Amino acid sequence: MNALTHIVAALVLAPLIPGIINRVKARMAGRVGRPLLQTYYDLAKLIQKGVVVSHTATWMLAAGPAVSLAAVGCALLLLPGPASPAPVSFTGDFMLAAYCLGLSRLALILAALDTGSSFEGMGASREAAFSALAEPVLFLSFLVLAVGAPEISLSGMLGRGLTGVLAPERLFVPLILFIVLLTENCRIPVDDPTTHLELTMIHEVMVLDHSGPDMAFIVYGAALKLWFFAALTVLAVLPVRSLSPAAGWAAFLAGMLLVTVAIGLVESVMARLRLMRVPRLLGGAGALAALSLVLTVWR
Amino acid sequence: MEMTQYLLVALVCVNLAYLAVTRLITLTRITAVQGLLLAAMPLAVLGPDPHSHALILSLGVFAIKAIGFPWLLARTLSRLSGDPVVEPYLGFNLSLLSGVAGLLFSLWLETRLPFPPGLFPPLLFPAALTSIFSGLALVVARRKAITQVIGYLAADNGIFLLGVPLAQGSVWLELSVLLDVFVAVFVMGIALHHINKTFESIDVGRFCSLRD
Amino acid sequence: MEWLGLSLACYLIGAICAVACGGREAANRLGPAGALAGSLAGLAGVLLSPASAASHIVLPWGLPLGAFSLGLDPASRLFLLPVYVLGAAAAVSGASALAGHDACSDRRGTHWFFFNLLLLGLSLVMTARDAVCFLIAWEIMSLAPFFLISLHDDESEVREAAWIYLVAAHIGAACLIAFFTLAMVQAGGSSFETIAAAAGDGRLTAPALLFLLALAGFAAKIGLFPFHIWLPEVYPTAPSHVTAVMSAGMINVGVYGLWRALEMLGPPVAWQGWLLVGLGLVSALFGILRAQGLGGLKRLLAYSSVENMGLVCLGLGLGLVGRAAGDDAVAMLGLCGALFHVLSHAAFKGLLFLCAGEVLLVVGSVRIAHLGGLAKRMPLVGGLFLLAAAGIAGLPPLSGFIGELVLALAMLAGLDLPGLLPKVGMAGALAALAAVGGFALAAFAKAGGLSFLGQPRTPAAAKAQSRGRLAEAPLVFLAVCVVLAALFAPALLSLAGQAALNFPGMDLAPARAALTMALATTRTVCLISAALVVLAAALLLLRNRLTAAHGRRAAPTWGCAYTAPTARMQYTAGSFVEPTARIMPVPMGMTIQLDMDPGLFPARATLTVATPDAVKNRFFTPIFEAVARGCDALKVVQHGRVHLYILYVLATVVALLAWKL
Repeated sequence: MNALTHIVAALVLAPLIPGIINRVKARMAGRVGRPLLQTYYDLAKLIQKGVVVSHTATWMLAAGPAVSLAAVGCALLLLPGPASPAPVSFTGDFMLAAYCLGLSRLALILAALDTGSSFEGMGASREAAFSALAEPVLFLSFLVLAVGAPEISLSGMLGRGLTGVLAPERLFVPLILFIVLLTENCRIPVDDPTTHLELTMIHEVMVLDHSGPDMAFIVYGAALKLWFFAALTVLAVLPVRSLSPAAGWAAFLAGMLLVTVAIGLVESVMARLRLMRVPRLLGGAGALAALSLVLTVWR
Repeated sequence: MEMTQYLLVALVCVNLAYLAVTRLITLTRITAVQGLLLAAMPLAVLGPDPHSHALILSLGVFAIKAIGFPWLLARTLSRLSGDPVVEPYLGFNLSLLSGVAGLLFSLWLETRLPFPPGLFPPLLFPAALTSIFSGLALVVARRKAITQVIGYLAADNGIFLLGVPLAQGSVWLELSVLLDVFVAVFVMGIALHHINKTFESIDVGRFCSLRD
Repeated sequence: MEWLGLSLACYLIGAICAVACGGREAANRLGPAGALAGSLAGLAGVLLSPASAASHIVLPWGLPLGAFSLGLDPASRLFLLPVYVLGAAAAVSGASALAGHDACSDRRGTHWFFFNLLLLGLSLVMTARDAVCFLIAWEIMSLAPFFLISLHDDESEVREAAWIYLVAAHIGAACLIAFFTLAMVQAGGSSFETIAAAAGDGRLTAPALLFLLALAGFAAKIGLFPFHIWLPEVYPTAPSHVTAVMSAGMINVGVYGLWRALEMLGPPVAWQGWLLVGLGLVSALFGILRAQGLGGLKRLLAYSSVENMGLVCLGLGLGLVGRAAGDDAVAMLGLCGALFHVLSHAAFKGLLFLCAGEVLLVVGSVRIAHLGGLAKRMPLVGGLFLLAAAGIAGLPPLSGFIGELVLALAMLAGLDLPGLLPKVGMAGALAALAAVGGFALAAFAKAGGLSFLGQPRTPAAAKAQSRGRLAEAPLVFLAVCVVLAALFAPALLSLAGQAALNFPGMDLAPARAALTMALATTRTVCLISAALVVLAAALLLLRNRLTAAHGRRAAPTWGCAYTAPTARMQYTAGSFVEPTARIMPVPMGMTIQLDMDPGLFPARATLTVATPDAVKNRFFTPIFEAVARGCDALKVVQHGRVHLYILYVLATVVALLAWKL
């Protein structure tokens, strides 16, 4: 039961994250901003709408969002909570989580290509390229966490805090995970979710032709994915395992809030990178991860 | 002890940063950061000693490596015309990869070399060697003369780092080396100026025109 | 063993009947019937016998050398499985493709003769227990595809591809003959047991040389980097059902041979394992990056085979590293992962090639630039291609993921190996595996998405329609196999485990423990996969309920305020991969050339995007050109005067007599 609390929390609270990010951005720009619960309102509105389906599209356009959301949901099953391990956990489960997210990506890419729109093709192409580069970086940071963990699973690796006194290199892991978060969730500086020009978008341009419940699935799936990576980042830092459940939850939620605010701050103070600079950002993160891994293994 | 580790890991990161940077002015700033970290090293490694040798060394390094050189380099840079970006022969991601490979090689080398136990604190030797490698990589894999100066500087910083634990009694040796390098960088600054005048660029690839 | 005999007999009868019928329509019935019957009999034999059983039989044989010795053990059965499954599917698919009258219909008899011969050769290679017998079967198996590839030999590309295949096959065979001859001479016998015993006693001198010879010989068949160049030339030109058998059954034979050679050569050394790991990773990364860059569906699939065989080689390498370090958990997981990946790759790749073959027959081209929108016109083929694409990209819930997961488990277990470099090597290999997974996703999103989704780019693609039940039956059969493989992944893994447990020198206790762990993991993954499928289905149902309640409208694709979009404006194969091609210019090797009239209003412009293979153009082509020049220089002795030729013979005989006596 305890293990499922976190899943329920994720399912309920995830749409709050985009709201908080927007609020932070608005405040930084001197505006009041949308309501914090705006994403919930959007979702409620979207499921009450009908769909508009392109003449070109096949069943893929409808299947894409559903499969994508289901895959993100399965990845969440493997994520440990602040007070308990994940409902399912086994050695190497981080790979299943990463590949579930991969399936979710493939489903959205195919749904985008299904419309035959060149703009959506553009977004799909960029999403495929950048996520492929983010994948090894994510795995390298998992490996750093794996060294010395009791079990090489997400539940075994996360929530132990930055163990070891002489472990400055472990400090990089949350930073790297944060960069992966920004890349995988298409946030600034990799992608600008609020730009007005389709030519410069990645994720948002892929979903141009989705509407109604399909769009609701996509928005909700994106929020869950953001929750997944934010929780990963937080649990890589905080030693929630050694705290009491209540304190663990408090620390975890505070951490999530902090990460969310950090995303908002990054989005407020940075501009989107030129697309060809993104691989360099990921390369840097990868080098840092490799450095961290080499030093961790060496110690 | 813990302080040393943090400094050394930071130094290794600085070495990678040398290879990842695209703008020349950032490169000179990184030199300053490396100088700062090096200045802290004698204090961290040697600890408080009665003759305050470490403090003297530290201050000397700080003055020369953290302030002197970067200032000289920045001044030279501001006088040079042209594009303010590093021009690589080897791509940035590959350079970074070679930097990590250099670290791995140094870690392996440390296990093969017969050092007296307790001579170097952990990670000091690999960090120093990585510094030398990435400095030389900067010399080899970048086009402009100023990156070569910075590369030599980074390599020299690695050698200096190796000397820190040995400087228990003979601080003056280290200081004299420091002075030598200072003069060398000074001379290089002047040479760079002349190269720029003669070739209207500091791309060392143009030296090819000097051969028979 | 009886089933095997029955299967071999069916192949033989099919071959003879086909060649006897010649070009008549009957050849197109009897040939495939023989192949189908033989494959089904073989399949029954493999599935009915207990997983760990081993049997052996020696038959009389007229040669002074070697023995006609056949055996079946878990490894043989495992490698025979894809041969039989693909043989059956390809026979039906080929019969449907070659039905009716066209330019090559008079060659159908010989075609089915060699098709049956290929399956016969494959079965014999995988059961031979004697070096001479193995080599003879190997030659049958290597030569038959040459004739199968050149079915449409009126096209110059086909002739060239057939030649490239023949040269590659024989460079490999030359290494293998050298390997087996050296081993036979030193061991003093030709049976595999004798050679293995000799290696165990340390009687084989220069085992490193033997290892390298075997590796080179089998790598040429597997298509590992840099011996991969024949795959992308041959696969696009061969008939699709032949390609399916070659990609899913025949290149595995190289893995099988390497497996036997490693068994024979005795206790491995660590460098051999790391060499295989490195070779596998380079092949995998290079293969998938090249696959991503290509615009032809079959060529893309060929490079994807390079990638997957690279992963298999990586698994074998992990096995050797584990054995050399005495860590049998690593060894077991690595070998299991490799074998499992062989099976799942065979199922996916066979299905993909048969789907591509349908596309070729219907549209007349497999260039992505000529396709598009096919899923709407051929829903079954489109759906199955996308299914197999998701599987071969290693995504759950299909079995491609299990193979990669077991390999990853081996690497995670390898993090406990002593020493800094092995640990970092394992971690680096895992990161590379992740990169391969990411790029595979991109490559197959491109292959499936751009060919089957969107709008048709040519009139031929717009008019495409399915070719009927018979043509689609083999696709459905393979799709059922793919689904069964996903459902019964633990059973398949334990099959692979049985074969891996027989690897010589394996310490059984830790190996079994590792297998049990992997099996438990696989079961959990299957459960989560089932949850995934149920969840997706439920969401889809919910979505349909909601849209039914709130209305569904059809409209044109939104053109971002541009009112006259055409199908030609869609993203193409070249533009889809352009970001990756810019990030990794060296392995992808994409060249973009824009020719445009000068001036402010250019009337004419052409853009050429090509991805030539640097290994072929910069390495092999110069070598073969040099060989050709050398051979041309020898033409002075070939002048056409017969009496002088006789003089050569006489002079040789005299010289030999004088030298030896």
